[in-house]
Amino acid sequence: MKYPIIENDHTEKPETVDIETIKEDLLRPIKKIGPAGKIWIASLILICLIGAYAYYLQLKNGLEVTSMRNYASWGIYISSFVYFVAISLVGALISSILKLLNFEWYRPLARIAETIAVANIICAGLIIVVDMGRPDRVFNLFTHGRVQSPILWDVMVVSSYLITSLLFLYFSLLPSLGMLRDQLKNKPRWQMKMYKFLALGWEGNEKQSARLKKSIRFICILIIPLAISIHTVTAWLFATTLRPGWNSTNFGPYFVAGAFLAGTGAVIIGMFVFQKVYHLQKYITDYHFDNMGKLLVFLGLIYAYFNINEYLIPAYSSRSSEALLLNDMFLGTSSHLFWFTQSIGMILPVILLLFRKMRKPLPMTIIAVFIVIGAWLKRYLIVIPVLLHPYLPIQGVPKSWTSYFPSWIEIAIVLAFISASLLFITIFSRLFPIISIADIIEGKEKKL
Amino acid sequence: MKKTGFSKNRRNILKLGLFTGGAALVGAGISTAFVKGASGNNGGKVKVLTMDGKLVEVDKESIGPNSLQVATNAEARKGIEGKRFVMVIDLSRCDGCGKCTEACQKMHFIPPEREWIKVFKMKDNEATAPYWFPKPCFHCDNPPCTKVCPVDATFKRDDGIVLIDNERCIGCRFCMAACPYSARFFNWGKPQQPAEVEAMPYSPEQSYPAKIGTVEKCDFCPHVVRKGELPACVSGCPMDAIYYGDEYEDAITNHSGVTVSFRKLVDDNAGYVYLEDLGTKPRVFYLPPKNRIYPKPKVKKEDGQDNVG
Repeated sequence: MKYPIIENDHTEKPETVDIETIKEDLLRPIKKIGPAGKIWIASLILICLIGAYAYYLQLKNGLEVTSMRNYASWGIYISSFVYFVAISLVGALISSILKLLNFEWYRPLARIAETIAVANIICAGLIIVVDMGRPDRVFNLFTHGRVQSPILWDVMVVSSYLITSLLFLYFSLLPSLGMLRDQLKNKPRWQMKMYKFLALGWEGNEKQSARLKKSIRFICILIIPLAISIHTVTAWLFATTLRPGWNSTNFGPYFVAGAFLAGTGAVIIGMFVFQKVYHLQKYITDYHFDNMGKLLVFLGLIYAYFNINEYLIPAYSSRSSEALLLNDMFLGTSSHLFWFTQSIGMILPVILLLFRKMRKPLPMTIIAVFIVIGAWLKRYLIVIPVLLHPYLPIQGVPKSWTSYFPSWIEIAIVLAFISASLLFITIFSRLFPIISIADIIEGKEKKL
Repeated sequence: MKKTGFSKNRRNILKLGLFTGGAALVGAGISTAFVKGASGNNGGKVKVLTMDGKLVEVDKESIGPNSLQVATNAEARKGIEGKRFVMVIDLSRCDGCGKCTEACQKMHFIPPEREWIKVFKMKDNEATAPYWFPKPCFHCDNPPCTKVCPVDATFKRDDGIVLIDNERCIGCRFCMAACPYSARFFNWGKPQQPAEVEAMPYSPEQSYPAKIGTVEKCDFCPHVVRKGELPACVSGCPMDAIYYGDEYEDAITNHSGVTVSFRKLVDDNAGYVYLEDLGTKPRVFYLPPKNRIYPKPKVKKEDGQDNVG
């Protein structure tokens, strides 16, 4: 049977590929890892090990080894936590919202997005523990947990979202697992055993397919409110305080909008890398990049709308406590970072991506890299300057309390978490096809 | 300031000095709460000397163990029965000497940069005069800090005091982010405290020994209040600017032992709380810096962001 495989802008005649070629293409990265792939994995592991050593030092000496002090009492651990949560929302956006809205082009991107989501939500859950002064008492959250605290809400939604995302990823993986179990040869015993175990006796018969379809649809709907609540609750960690700059009713939707933009940027980088490294040009095409580019413009405009509400309206009314902070952001010590971040992370991408040429894979991936860097910096700007602008003036304290720049230990740990998320995605894509075969075929059959 | 004609005798029992067998036991005392709660059937009576020199007989049981031991965790979480502690700081008297901070640091064995009570130089407006502003923890009745604590490590007691249990604190620092008054401090590294302090039994009421990775702050000194003494900052203030006492009894006392009516004092002097519109309902009241009895401070621009203009 032949399938028209390339989704283009429908001006060209679709290329057709038979199912064996699809299988061959998608299984190739699993069959063999080249030297470049091995070097990549080894470097990620090395960065993780450096981070683990840094964390060992932190455990030994306390949070003193960070640059956090009594004013900037949260630093890049918390801002990275917000960043990881933000990136993880994209799983729900691409695989669920686009699917339910019948945007057929989501299909080859769904698993990339879900894998990025799972990798990042795991990092989010772990980096919170790294920020704790007493990680040895983490179980107090269960033995003495207070449900009135937004931290408990966060524990609940992060764990629910993690479980749901894993299930989402796993359900759509079942047909691929059946195929891996049947078709792969010359793989270590443990790996084949794992496929066999995980495939749950998948045969692909009608009954199984119908049940799977129903399950996926259910989880597909369930994950949307979870994704929105996970980042809304993360926003509430800040919005429930009385601090100028955090105590904002705009914070929930502002965070969600920013998260969709950041995550879409991350998926574009993933698309580009997988397309090039795993030779998936037949499946991830210019058409997909072009659509993702348009999606970015749309999400960027929504984010800009919330930014206007978040910064310009308080600046207009200029309540003194807010004005001090905003003055610092717009014109003061944080202004370089603020305008750089807003430009690379939001303003320039929206403008550039209006042009068709910029929505080609390479230029758009470069733009996406800036969006993701901007997303990380933006969360830094949301967390730290607010803490350095309390109501009472900062007087007569040690110099180290009055400003914040992360120590090497904090940087090493955050880089280790970013590497760990990339390592998760890499290893996942070396064990399982990064494009859902069943999804692609289903999409084709729908079209025929 | 106008002194109220409030009877000092009403405060006797809280300011009880202990007198046994002709020897004064410094640092040991009792409060009404303990006299009431004591069984006192076999220990016999003991004579104690009140602040104004009267001898009173009380049960031996009621003073012994409590004056030497720290409050248990359950006691520390409940608070001192029948009390509602309150503080008034008279800004017209504060000359910014910082003795309150020193006394506090000495009592709680905290290093000099940890100012649980900190004296700020303030200037609200270009046209208005600068003044000194001592700021402890406000022990709010609607505390933003205890609200967000995920493990009930910081809590509000029945007697109005907000404390931290550093044996439960997980070090998430959400309370520090939530406190609009920067009242909380964190033990980023190993606490700098004498070895003998480190070996002492811990109670949230005295806040020491400090522990790495946990939050600390002004505790309103319940461990000495239980003994009938005043908090370190109050007894350390040579200007008599800080009053402390029980709102139910409507009696607050300063360093010199002058006891006045809380309500009358704040009413007569237009007392207020800092940042009232935040709705945190602080238990620390301020009297405006009117008719100062000290030279006003010189405030420079670098003293802080919202100090000038």
